[in-house]
Amino acid sequence: MTDNPFSLWVYLSQSPLLWLTVTLLVYAATDAVSLATRRHPLANPVLHAMWIIGAILLVTGTPYTSYFAGAQFVHFLLGPATVALAVPLYENRKRAVASIVPMLVALLAGSVTAVVSVVLLAELAGLPRDVVLALAPKSVTAGVAMGIAESLHADPSLAAVAVILTGIMGAIIVTPLMNRTGVTDYRARGFAAGLAAHGIGTARAFQVDEIAGVFSGIAMSLNALVTSFLVPVAVTLLVR
Amino acid sequence: MLASLGLILLCQLIGEAVVRGLGLPLPGPVLGLLLLLMLLLARDRFAWLSFGPLRNAGVETASKGLLAHLSLLFVPAGVGVVQKLDLLASHGVAIVLVLALSVVVTLLATVLTFRLVSCLLKLGDAR
Repeated sequence: MTDNPFSLWVYLSQSPLLWLTVTLLVYAATDAVSLATRRHPLANPVLHAMWIIGAILLVTGTPYTSYFAGAQFVHFLLGPATVALAVPLYENRKRAVASIVPMLVALLAGSVTAVVSVVLLAELAGLPRDVVLALAPKSVTAGVAMGIAESLHADPSLAAVAVILTGIMGAIIVTPLMNRTGVTDYRARGFAAGLAAHGIGTARAFQVDEIAGVFSGIAMSLNALVTSFLVPVAVTLLVR
Repeated sequence: MLASLGLILLCQLIGEAVVRGLGLPLPGPVLGLLLLLMLLLARDRFAWLSFGPLRNAGVETASKGLLAHLSLLFVPAGVGVVQKLDLLASHGVAIVLVLALSVVVTLLATVLTFRLVSCLLKLGDAR
């Protein structure tokens, strides 16, 4: 037993175990709330886990790097989870092949809209040039967006934050927005969710409908490809 | 279960290696996705591929387990927002508005294009 309770905290806060545990427990709680509200869009588990953990870090004065030393084990699984999207795609391959033409046209329209709209709006809002560059790849999944930002000499960690914020807002807004447009085709709804809001949109789509989830996963993967080519071109043409 | 996770990681590893080696402008995990998809399709065609994680829905079960908590995986990167509080204090409102507007426009453009093209195709088939 240590005489000083503070030294125990110093030890624990430096070990990966504490922050990994905090991440899992806080998410388990926010996910339970989301389930209890029958997956209400505003009870988005990522959004609430994010600010609760962020507040814990600020209150305890823990630097993000110490937090990430523990949470990286969760972060790492983003890659394998992308590979795992092959399985729902495989199981629904007949439906995916049957909608290949609308998918490819929507992919092109959606990717161009995502990049061009964010660059134009950000310039209009008078944001500094390095912020505009970091926001440009915001519709693709975190790892890819960070890579794109790096190649543009923009801040990758700001790009990651823009990606997560986009994903959360997309996941919150997609169901009410789609209900208002009157589109009941879950292929189209899911495809839009994955294209605009990557993995967080895909997670949301799987909560709503299995087919929506599959099409969302396809859109997310394809958009990662297209956006990697598109952002450098758009930035050269649009950013002063 | 262990072999299935191993297969998923192997697909990602090959994907990353090929992307780095050839300097392709696409993310490694996306190539890994294509690889796993081709493996699953090949297994249905060739019986001899049906072993280990490719048998009895092994890799399917492991993948669904990973995807069941997809949103959890974004939490660590999301908490990174605490590093950007000064930037958010000066430009936060503009950034959030820009991202929100852009996501709405993107969702609408995508869903409407998808519907428009599939309706046009249906009209073409009916004729």
